[in-house]
Amino acid sequence: MIHRECGVFKTTYEADMALYPLPIARWTVAAILAGLFVVLPWTVHEYYLSIVNLCAVAVVGAVGLNILVGSTGQISIGHGAFMSVGAYTAANLAVRLDAPFWLALPAGGLMAAAVGAVVGVPSLRIKGLYLAIATLAGQLIIEWTINHVPWISGGVQASIEVPRPTLLGVPIEGPRAMYYFLVTVAGLAVVGALNLQRSRVGRAFVAIRDHDIAAQLIGIDIFRYKLLAFAISSFYAGVTGVLYTYYLGIANYEQFQITTSIDYLAMIIIGGLGSVLGSIFGAVFVTLLPIVIRWAMEAFGGLLMAPAVVHNVIPNLRLILFGVLIILFLVAEPEGLARLWRNVRNYFRVWPFSY
Amino acid sequence: MVDWQFLALLAANGVLIGLMYALIALGFVLVYKATDAINFAQGELVMIAGFVVAVALAARAVPALAIALGVVGMAGFGFAVERLVLRPMIGRPVVAMIMATIGLAAVLRGAGPLLWGAETKALPLPVPDEPVALGPLLVPPVYLAGGAVSLLFLAAFGWFFLRSRPGIAMRAVADDQQVAMAMGIHVERYFALAWAMTGVVSALGGVLWGSLLGVDVHLALVGLKVFPVVILGGLDSIPGAVLGGLIVGVVENVAAGYVDPWVGGGTKDFAPYVLMILALMIRPYGIFGKRIIERV
Repeated sequence: MIHRECGVFKTTYEADMALYPLPIARWTVAAILAGLFVVLPWTVHEYYLSIVNLCAVAVVGAVGLNILVGSTGQISIGHGAFMSVGAYTAANLAVRLDAPFWLALPAGGLMAAAVGAVVGVPSLRIKGLYLAIATLAGQLIIEWTINHVPWISGGVQASIEVPRPTLLGVPIEGPRAMYYFLVTVAGLAVVGALNLQRSRVGRAFVAIRDHDIAAQLIGIDIFRYKLLAFAISSFYAGVTGVLYTYYLGIANYEQFQITTSIDYLAMIIIGGLGSVLGSIFGAVFVTLLPIVIRWAMEAFGGLLMAPAVVHNVIPNLRLILFGVLIILFLVAEPEGLARLWRNVRNYFRVWPFSY
Repeated sequence: MVDWQFLALLAANGVLIGLMYALIALGFVLVYKATDAINFAQGELVMIAGFVVAVALAARAVPALAIALGVVGMAGFGFAVERLVLRPMIGRPVVAMIMATIGLAAVLRGAGPLLWGAETKALPLPVPDEPVALGPLLVPPVYLAGGAVSLLFLAAFGWFFLRSRPGIAMRAVADDQQVAMAMGIHVERYFALAWAMTGVVSALGGVLWGSLLGVDVHLALVGLKVFPVVILGGLDSIPGAVLGGLIVGVVENVAAGYVDPWVGGGTKDFAPYVLMILALMIRPYGIFGKRIIERV
């Protein structure tokens, strides 16, 4: 985190795996929580809060995808579809059965986990390219199914309007209330992933990534753990879909197309594969990218071209920057922003006396 | 009761469309065969080629000149892609390589409309519009021309790999890079050549598909059909690409003809992937592919 430690004096595995590596870490976490829950929502304008909300939603999805791709070494180009499964499950529950959000949220996640585990079944026989293509097929098939089965998609334009979630009878409305809701869920998701990493299951995932045959030799049931990775990752994706649905007030498959899957892959590559902190960096970075581009183009684009053209250019510019960033990070810094952050920290660890 | 004529018409169109799929899939197979790289940007290459040719035609270039421009331009572009994107990826995990080409695809999808405008452009080829009678069946001439061109190039590339010296060298590179180097083959040069050839194939694919569908960002979606084709046929096999293309073309056309009225359209975008999932479960290396597949 942010604090400096003056040396590494860990003598037990427990100390090495602890969630709080130093006593001061508790204070850092407390400070971050205070900043997130007290300072930020009451000092920042509502417009910026709604941007933070988008980041929080993306963080959940990126952390989840990183469990699958970064930790377990499997690839999925179907996460957008898993999100849509969660979104439509929750939307149908909320509209037809009046389910409250604390029921619809995990239900969406569980449904996505089930679907994700099914799509992940081929991973038992195939890997790498073949798995990428299989999950791509999963994405397209799920998309088509949702789009063509009115019972799921609600018919008209495949979108369902969802009522606002309510807590103790009070509807969660407006960016500020939404902020508390989303940041709480995102926080839970991050803590869950951090704890997963240092558990038996998380270590099994990493073993499978590093060498699957060796992992099997030391007694890891690859069948179970790969499916588990797919299920957990898809659960996160489903929750992301539900959050997004509540955020927008509408479930629509257009939000979860293949480009979404690629967005999330970009997040974890830019952020850093296999790192929870990296997922957060990547999610925030990729969410802010189009907003910054729009801001920059509106401020300076007029100097170069007609104002009417500027708005058409923004989505294309975003795609280009996006692709360039993916390639640049893959070529130059495969461990992503998380690695850059670690470099900065290592520099400051012994800062004034580095030699 | 089966309406045989309807079925035959669907199948005939499917065969011709399938040949055009095979042409695009050939681009994928070329790269995979020679460099072991997986190209998720095949559809985007096709789209860029379509843009180049359509813009050249709109500027009143002679069709032959416009197509030549597209072919040469895409060959150079393929060369550049290999140098800038793929070469730094040599020896990296498959997932990294896949992501690099996905990044490339994003760049191209943004750059195409940015450079040449987002509106759909017509790509008129000098072929007549009226359907041609092929025995009892009426077939659009564009399909026929597309099928013929595809067949021609598939045969040419088949010959290239089996008989010509660079083709044999390329197969050697694909088989074992170190041994190929030891035999005095310039491995990097053949990597670049493979990408340039993919550029040429994509240019032709762009012309054919662009004339069918019109040129805009959605042209890149054709690239998604490459995967069922190559999985069915085998990732590294040219006859496999042809057969896979034919199967996908016929299946999607017949399925669309019979199922679409029931579900309200879109079967074309669905049936090939179901087929592909089945193929992955039963025979992941495809019909003609090398049987080397890593099992876990």
